Amino acid sequence: MAFWDDIRKRGSSIALTTGEGEVLTYASLADAADELERHLDAQSIGRPLAFLLAENCPEAVAAYLACLRSGTAVAMQPSRIHAHLLASLIATYDPKFVILPRERASEVPSGNPRWSGGRYVLLETPAAPCAIDEQTALLVSTSGSTGSPKLVRQSYRNLAANAASIAEYLGITTADRPITTLPMSYVYGLSVINSHLSRGATVVLTEHSIAEKEFWNILRNEAATSLAGVPYTYEMLKRLRFSRMDLPSLRVLTQAGGRLGPELVTEYATLCRDAGRMFFVMYGAAEATARMSYLPPDRALEKPSSIGAPIPGGEMWIESETGQRLEGPDVVGELVYRGENVSLGYAICRQDLARGDDRQGVLRTGDLARRDQDGYYYVVGRKSRFIKVFGNRVNLDELEQHIRAQGIECVCGGQDDKLRVFLVDATRTDTVLRFVEQLTGLHRSGFEVKVIDAIPRNESGKVNYASLS
Amino acid sequence: MESLSLTLDQLGDALAYNSVPTWDSVAHMAMMAALESQFDIMLETDDIIDFSSYNKGMQILAKYGVEF
Repeated sequence: MAFWDDIRKRGSSIALTTGEGEVLTYASLADAADELERHLDAQSIGRPLAFLLAENCPEAVAAYLACLRSGTAVAMQPSRIHAHLLASLIATYDPKFVILPRERASEVPSGNPRWSGGRYVLLETPAAPCAIDEQTALLVSTSGSTGSPKLVRQSYRNLAANAASIAEYLGITTADRPITTLPMSYVYGLSVINSHLSRGATVVLTEHSIAEKEFWNILRNEAATSLAGVPYTYEMLKRLRFSRMDLPSLRVLTQAGGRLGPELVTEYATLCRDAGRMFFVMYGAAEATARMSYLPPDRALEKPSSIGAPIPGGEMWIESETGQRLEGPDVVGELVYRGENVSLGYAICRQDLARGDDRQGVLRTGDLARRDQDGYYYVVGRKSRFIKVFGNRVNLDELEQHIRAQGIECVCGGQDDKLRVFLVDATRTDTVLRFVEQLTGLHRSGFEVKVIDAIPRNESGKVNYASLS
Repeated sequence: MESLSLTLDQLGDALAYNSVPTWDSVAHMAMMAALESQFDIMLETDDIIDFSSYNKGMQILAKYGVEF
């Protein structure tokens, strides 16, 4: 049985605690999910689609589980998603149900309240029945920061397999108490919840960020044992002088969501070794549910720039541009992954929800990589034009199109945590800064505008991205 | 102000962490870095995580000898 069907049997163990007064046992979490589940019976043929605006709170976890348990396909969105983006996604996918914080209910004018519990309400809309493939459990954003309607379709099998695999290599037990540092609507944040609930651990759910005093008080009071971070989290922790903090309960740190430089990996791996902690560098993608590989903590100092080896049940290899497997060590090609956690495919519109398994268990990652003699992998570049800014994936081509649609000639480039927009017309600088800030929700420190004389192009008229830096 | 993309009239007693959409954790750390370089100070961890509002921030900066 999958972990979401299994929660009740863990009875009086604590499943969730907020550190601010709310504590739910596995049995009470099952009760909360059951209660909501009774209202997810769409009066229509076919499986319903629900949108869930998920804060890191017990109501959202219960709602997520209710969807999984009742066979309601659920699209996870950040609780602070911009009203325009939410409206546009709802218009695209026309969900039967929307589960969201009470104060945002008015943003779904077609929704009738069917149930409310705690801070959350369940709205039912007059949406027509929708054909949804029977394997589809979850829809997650791939490039949330550019507001694309593109969602990754994940199956029940994907979720169960990835949670089990992660729980296995992290060695999760009922004694573990991860504290949330990432939103539940983000696949890495969700994978922390899934993998720990699958092993009967206690998740410390908080919306507080590591920049707030409350976070550290909760971590200490709740004796949290692990935390997860994207590269930016680790840079913030460094500024907060994490090495000098007294956190006796903390045993495990995990890192994913983009490349952490080898200097920082070495620094954290050393700190963790000296403090008797484990530091896991990991690699994954929403298209693979969450996780594809991990670097065992005892290899981190030896191979600080490696993404590690495939997770239990997964397989990786390198392919040439013509699709040939490249077997030798240190040959660069596209990184390809096979495993039960490879998602079904994408959806960009409601009709796509009827699609089945497009990928058949194989994911071409778009990352260029090599493998060393010991079987560890190294990402050396990207085939596709994505960067990560503070953990948010930014599709450079998509962003470029959005800015050009405003009548502004531009090219987007840059690297992780530094998005660059190149402009020819210097007078539009402020307009572009504001536009990018509003569209992506990224902080100004994550991007800059540079003025150039002309957009560099090659003979065939294609933009020469390599010449811009 | 620039760290949070705020206008002058938004500064004041009511300004606090998460009270405006632009003051999130990323902006918080950028603001701390800007304050450190502007006033040539080195904030302690406790002060960085305690810097939760405009007023609190003023008290903390005063501790470092910053005057307004």
